[in-house]
Amino acid sequence: MNKITRRQALGTTAGALTVLGLAGATAYAAGTDSRAGISADGAASTGNTGNVDEVYQGRRIQITPATGGAHHGGHHSAGLPAVRIDGRELHVMQNADGTWISVVNHYETFSDPLSLARAAVRELQGAALVPMGGM
Amino acid sequence: MTVRKNQAALTAEEKRAFTNALLELKRTGRYDHFVTTHNGFIMGDTDTGDRVGHRSPSFLPWHRRFLLEFEAALQAVDKSVSLPYWDWTADRTPRASLWAADFLGGTGRARDGQVLDGPFAYAAGKWQVNVRVDGRAYLRRALGEGVAQLPTKAEVDAVLAMPVYDAAPWNSSSNGFRNNLEGWRGANLHNRVHVWVGGQMATGVSPNDPVFWLHHAFIDKLWAEWQARHPQSPYLPAAGTPNVVDLNDTMRPWNNVTPADMLDHRKFYTFDAEPAAASQR
Repeated sequence: MNKITRRQALGTTAGALTVLGLAGATAYAAGTDSRAGISADGAASTGNTGNVDEVYQGRRIQITPATGGAHHGGHHSAGLPAVRIDGRELHVMQNADGTWISVVNHYETFSDPLSLARAAVRELQGAALVPMGGM
Repeated sequence: MTVRKNQAALTAEEKRAFTNALLELKRTGRYDHFVTTHNGFIMGDTDTGDRVGHRSPSFLPWHRRFLLEFEAALQAVDKSVSLPYWDWTADRTPRASLWAADFLGGTGRARDGQVLDGPFAYAAGKWQVNVRVDGRAYLRRALGEGVAQLPTKAEVDAVLAMPVYDAAPWNSSSNGFRNNLEGWRGANLHNRVHVWVGGQMATGVSPNDPVFWLHHAFIDKLWAEWQARHPQSPYLPAAGTPNVVDLNDTMRPWNNVTPADMLDHRKFYTFDAEPAAASQR
């Protein structure tokens, strides 16, 4: 696939995904398990192991579960999953009741890291994350 | 003595003085230090670890001290200025005068959330968002989109009626006044207002929006009102609590101020309408 065709394809998909993304948000609000293993554009994510690698509204979401030890090169706290959007780490935190927040949605809780990452994608409206704690 | 006023009652001249002082702090770089400090605590405060600024009993005295420092910085620019407060139970729509172009400006446009009017609009050239979590340098808002309704007076009154300041485990899962006011439990007051404003106010770098100070000045006033209603209820915990700021422990980042030092706001400022019974406390 040449580069221009790919960009055109992504551009076309992004428009369609806006609608699907809203449907996903509604499903989350209704309490549906958002880790359905199928991302908004139909790509499969491997929900069973907790690993996520999906394209959502044109952004790549990658989630690596906590291992309890240090992750390779990541700045996030030990014991937390690494959540990345287009390769940039999203700072996340787990609340005492098991819900999740991120630095992008800091005052609103989500049931799991994937819901949190998708909310961050919607909030970013295409903007790239900056390195954690940086300017 | 500084008097903190309801933002809805400010004169045109008071609004102009306040926004001009904000723009001057921004110009000198002083403003962004406050944003950096806040985000550092937002990322560092955890339910199971050391917690000072948020999700802990010291949420209220920490922000009282933080606002005092910010207000002093404003007064170094213009000594007539004090922090106004936003009573979001009363001024609860995007049509409130708070959001007019002569004060904070309004909501963001649909396409990218960018605020287009008022002194803090990006195009006005004096309010670049430098301390940020993503690439966008313009102030954003989405008033009423993240959540439909601001808290009501009845919801606030129900939280003010809670007689115990805070409770173990002293975090986001606690019962008691502090956590219900902060919003991790119950009707959700403080947190919900951040979400209602949207944009940077919903993020760890929320002080990028000047409404941060007006929101927290009202949260601070609600603490004073709670004290007036419950004069026998102390700050908790008293002593010996791991990871948590006890009554006489010092708070980072200042390390020379304790919750006990912050309990009586009248040492520092008064409100245009002091909480009932506060004078007998």
